[in-house]
Amino acid sequence: MSFTLIGKHEKDSRANRDGYVNAMLEMMEADPTIMHVDCDLEGCINTGKLAKAFPERTINAGIAEANAMGIGAGLCATGKNVWVHSFGCFASRRAFDQAFMSCAYAKLPVHVLGSDPGVCAAYNGGTHMPFEDCALYLSVPGSVVVDPADMAQTYALTKAITASGKFSYMRLIRKGFTTVYADGSEFELGKGVVLKEGKDVTIIASGIMVDEALKAEETLAAEGISAKVIDMHTWKPLDEELILASAKETGCVVTAENHNVTCGLGSAITRVLAKNCPVPVEMVGVEDRFGQVGAESFLREEYGLTAAHIVEAAKAAIARK
Amino acid sequence: MQKAEKMKELRVFAQEIRVEALKTIGSLGFGHVGGSMSVVEALAVLYGEVMKVDPKNPRWEDRDWCVMSKGHAGPAMYATLALKGFYPIENAYTLNQPHTNFPSHTDRTKTPGVDLTTGSLGQGMSSAIGAALGNKVDGRDNHVFVFVGDGECDEGQVWEGAQFAAHYKLDNLVCFVDNNKMQLDGAVEKVMSHGKGIGAKFDAFGWNVIDVADGNDVEQIYDAVMAAYDCKGQPTCIVLNTKKGKGCTFAEPSGAHSSQPNAEQWAEAIAAAEAELAAVKAQ
Repeated sequence: MSFTLIGKHEKDSRANRDGYVNAMLEMMEADPTIMHVDCDLEGCINTGKLAKAFPERTINAGIAEANAMGIGAGLCATGKNVWVHSFGCFASRRAFDQAFMSCAYAKLPVHVLGSDPGVCAAYNGGTHMPFEDCALYLSVPGSVVVDPADMAQTYALTKAITASGKFSYMRLIRKGFTTVYADGSEFELGKGVVLKEGKDVTIIASGIMVDEALKAEETLAAEGISAKVIDMHTWKPLDEELILASAKETGCVVTAENHNVTCGLGSAITRVLAKNCPVPVEMVGVEDRFGQVGAESFLREEYGLTAAHIVEAAKAAIARK
Repeated sequence: MQKAEKMKELRVFAQEIRVEALKTIGSLGFGHVGGSMSVVEALAVLYGEVMKVDPKNPRWEDRDWCVMSKGHAGPAMYATLALKGFYPIENAYTLNQPHTNFPSHTDRTKTPGVDLTTGSLGQGMSSAIGAALGNKVDGRDNHVFVFVGDGECDEGQVWEGAQFAAHYKLDNLVCFVDNNKMQLDGAVEKVMSHGKGIGAKFDAFGWNVIDVADGNDVEQIYDAVMAAYDCKGQPTCIVLNTKKGKGCTFAEPSGAHSSQPNAEQWAEAIAAAEAELAAVKAQ
């Protein structure tokens, strides 16, 4: 695992979805068993490129997510290595029984791709805004659940998941994103990434919250507080070793997720800490609410998903030590 | 072999499946008798004559596939696969016992010869279609058979699958509808009727539809499958007009979804099925 942190909080000019598409183009070229199934959303994540390059192995199932998941299962049973994509809300809520039974229970390791995670659904609104997608997939025995932070990580983890042979769910930021890593950075499933070392508090984030955590670290440093920052791109299997070592080092933890805190990354981390190293924990994330329509910047503020919220949570956690 | 002789063999095979399925469910005392009995003749035709399978290599790549989307007919599958030589019939008598490889609904991870996992109704339809697509992508000359129940056709997923299979012109796919006219809460007509009929619905979805007047007659089923093989560019739906509980003394009159008769009724049903087997053999 070798990565280069950029972390200048700058918007990237590219679309994050191309991290997935570029990885798939390379892998589909090299491996004729790899396939992509979409649900009338090729235009949204640019998988039309896959359809053009590999028409027989890029399947459009139409607006029928439950069937699409079953198609993935059947293809997998014939030896195909399959990704099935829809918006995160439909890839989880709408097709969950199919993902659970036809794929995971049947030991057919389909890879599910859910785009527009959490507030990234923005102008599609509350109906399309999954704060529960990872919760559903975390509940599947043996599953892998991943929330990449940017394009370089999306690219690397797309490849890692495809090679994993595991039933998995990956969130996909579709459009604009903040560059966290340099292209070519490498990541390992199930291994958290230490972005900053620190001694007063550990901030563990994923997805769009990684850059917020890095910003929070700078604010805290200016106030004389030393924060360790971890990118926990893989929610399951969780890097328990890193969590416990960091909690012991810093004595308190802040978690940050673009998801409902009742059943997400914070809950998973807290379960590990409660059993092995019960330190104060503060969770930044969506407090058991439904989504709503609006600009992503408004939604981040509305649901408390900003660096300022992480700073506040860090101070609260430190005060409870 | 003359067709008449072949059909006699299939009638015998069907009745052997019926006897063994009844005995395995009977060893437990309760289970999904109704929907197991109605598909016995179709399974006999598939595994006795039509399908290319290798009991010694259940995952042989060029095999024909069979998916019991109405997964509760597991006992009929288990008896069929045992008689075909996939495993000794004794194994199937562990039905629903702790850690068994023969659960009530068919499971590809447990039972040799079971191609896909089913149980949540409607799902076997989609996964069977996915398997048909995968085989086509690989250019194999094989077929995928899938059984759905007429009650199961309440599920929207069956129709999502139906439109997909027609759109992708999956002529290597044959869907049997076990049209036994009963579902758990009663007659299909009363619980959730099918408009202009199951066959008409598949026809509207762009399928080749073959109606089999007696879905418990091996010759009619065999002829329908041969006609399906001749159809190119479309998937085929074979509507089997069957009787739920067919050939089981306590289940056929009621058409019940699952049954828990007393020991005497079990003995009577098994004896009657065995007598019928002897009669078919003697014909």
